[in-house]
Amino acid sequence: RKTAEVLNTDVRTLFVPGRQIDDTFLTEIEEKLLQADMGVGNVDRIVTAIRDKWRLGRIRNAPDALGVIREQVLGMLTAAPAEGAPPSKSDDRELHFAEAGPTVILVAGINGAGKTTSIAKLAWLLKNEMGKKVMVCASDTFRAGAVHQLSIWAERIGVEIVRHKQGADPAAVAYDACEAAKTRGIDVLIVDTAGRLHTQDHLMRELTKIRDVVTKRIEGAPHEVLLVLDATTGQNAVLQAKNFGQAIAVTGILLAKLDGTAKGGVVLSIKQQLNIPVKFIGLGETPQDIETFEPKRFVEALFG
Amino acid sequence: MLDALTDKFNNVFRTLSGRGRISEENIREAMREVRTALLEADVSFKIVKDFTEAVVQKAIGREVIKLLRPGELMVQIVYEELVNLMGPVDTRIYYVQPPPTVIMMAGLQGAGKTTTCGKLAKYLVAKGHHPLLCAADLQRPAAVEQLRTLGAQLGIPVYTDDSKVAPHGEVAKGAAVSVCRAAIAQAKQTGRDVVILDTAGRLHIDDALMGELREVNTQLKPHQVFLVLDAMSGQDAVNSAKAFNEQLEVDGLILTKFDSDTRGGALLSAKMITGKPVKFIGTGEKLDALEEFRPEGMAQRILGMGDILQLVTEA
Ligand SMILES: Nc1nc2c(ncn2[C@@H]2O[C@H](COP(=O)(O)OP(=O)(O)OP(=O)(O)O)[C@@H](O)[C@H]2O)c(=O)[nH]1
Ligand SMILES: Nc1nc2c(ncn2[C@@H]2O[C@H](COP(=O)(O)OP(=O)(O)OP(=O)(O)O)[C@@H](O)[C@H]2O)c(=O)[nH]1
Ligand SMILES: [Mg+2]
Ligand SMILES: [Mg+2]
Repeated sequence: RKTAEVLNTDVRTLFVPGRQIDDTFLTEIEEKLLQADMGVGNVDRIVTAIRDKWRLGRIRNAPDALGVIREQVLGMLTAAPAEGAPPSKSDDRELHFAEAGPTVILVAGINGAGKTTSIAKLAWLLKNEMGKKVMVCASDTFRAGAVHQLSIWAERIGVEIVRHKQGADPAAVAYDACEAAKTRGIDVLIVDTAGRLHTQDHLMRELTKIRDVVTKRIEGAPHEVLLVLDATTGQNAVLQAKNFGQAIAVTGILLAKLDGTAKGGVVLSIKQQLNIPVKFIGLGETPQDIETFEPKRFVEALFG
Repeated sequence: MLDALTDKFNNVFRTLSGRGRISEENIREAMREVRTALLEADVSFKIVKDFTEAVVQKAIGREVIKLLRPGELMVQIVYEELVNLMGPVDTRIYYVQPPPTVIMMAGLQGAGKTTTCGKLAKYLVAKGHHPLLCAADLQRPAAVEQLRTLGAQLGIPVYTDDSKVAPHGEVAKGAAVSVCRAAIAQAKQTGRDVVILDTAGRLHIDDALMGELREVNTQLKPHQVFLVLDAMSGQDAVNSAKAFNEQLEVDGLILTKFDSDTRGGALLSAKMITGKPVKFIGTGEKLDALEEFRPEGMAQRILGMGDILQLVTEA
């Protein structure tokens, strides 16, 4: 399924041709934008932009307002970093590969966000669409059935897996996976990690340790650090992105579960405040349900 | 620590009213602070709207307008109203005679159903019950294995049937029903008095998978259906909670992952849209991290003014 289909919102019912902008219209717009989890601040900014232009007589009707929304949201998703924001390749939504040797993608996120399934999707994409030799690493040794879950995916997709028993040291699994990836001529190694809350310091340190091990074993690794966010998550996602970003220098977001009715508008705030780009979106539970994130398409799908 | 919200109220009233009297309009203005706080806590905007209006009416009724420093009373009204909305409290589990009592978990993907099944089983054992867990998630890879592992950790039996497991999307007609039915039969035979059904995560708009749940619901008539929801959910919580409730007649809500720093407005949204009581909250990954729901602390948490409100409520 395509982004446009699944993200279709009832926002478009607002934009019937001929409808003039008035206070009721502005309130309705505000509500629709809030419903997409864009956050009070961003919504205020967008509605103010519309109101100002309307008062100045520059715009009159609903389609004009839609143009302003489009422009504003696109601006927020692609704008240069705010002052003081960490420098990053913020509009860079490409995956980065190592020049030589295995590329390592570290995947993290809170409990149940969709990490393991998203890894299956990435593995599928890299193997089948890009012809890469892929290996996955079962560094979630904590959750019941986690190793088994990743093993099933690896088998279904036909990629290699490195795993230890449940309860093993996740950094040790990552160590072994790095060594195996090098000796077996793997192109991309994707490391699954246990779900953890961004507020759990000891678990965040464990994550940093996994990262450090990977960095020591493979030159330039991890080449990508993807944070998996659940699109149904509200404003807490900003705090998640902040803390994971500090612990493991997140390079991009994979926004999972966009096939539901949630819109994932909180990525606007994450882009604004932390300058972390969305790289992929998840649109279902099978390995094929993945797409690269295109701000234009996202905006069109939301309001088109 | 100072009462920030009260201060804000007092400040707003002071600047708005000058030295004259406070009007209804002033109260509405002041309520914008509360509105923002609630929206930032992910309470559904519709509920926020109704809530702020209710508070305004109450404030007028209680003559906040006539007070010199109306902040304290306003905060109290806001807090009381929030606590009210979250009630009436009913954290009981209703058992049937003859046993077994059948409890079904349902919810979106990754909400915490399977873990909560384990937690609930442990909770019931502590209350002298003898639960049987049933692995009726036949979709997610290793879901059966996950529940089996939890059961082993707890020393609680788990009914499984690996032959019924199917890949995602391929809902084997009747498979979930037959697994659940067999589990209930086993409970009867082995003297287990509660059966907890773990079901696959699914989107409320996925008609095939929702159909599977409806089938379990109509054919086996579980005595209680609990909707498991992630406490970090945003504005969409109302949509999914509403749909699950409409299709399954949910009996209670369980909000997970409250050990995070989420303000947890989704709890209020789900409670309001379904009208069903919150039974438990999940506060960790470990199997003892399940608490009976209490609204008082929750109201403070959602407002994001914990210590502050305590002063007011203790006074
Ligand atoms: N509808 C939908 N479901 C998804 C998507 N991504 C993952 N899921 C489902 O969400 C649930 C949790 O996914 P997992 O991949 O196990 O999540 P996780 O982050 O690895 O979970 P933990 O390891 O327990 O923290 C599973 O039921 C997945 O099938 C998606 O894009 N859309
Ligand atoms: N921190 C925290 N994690 C939790 C809580 N409840 C569940 N989890 C974690 O959330 C993740 C998902 O939990 P599951 O029980 O697998 O969720 P589910 O709803 O069964 O998922 P699906 O079957 O894929 O739909 C796991 O990593 C759990 O350990 C909680 O209260 N707090
Ligand atoms: Mg996982
Ligand atoms: Mg489950």
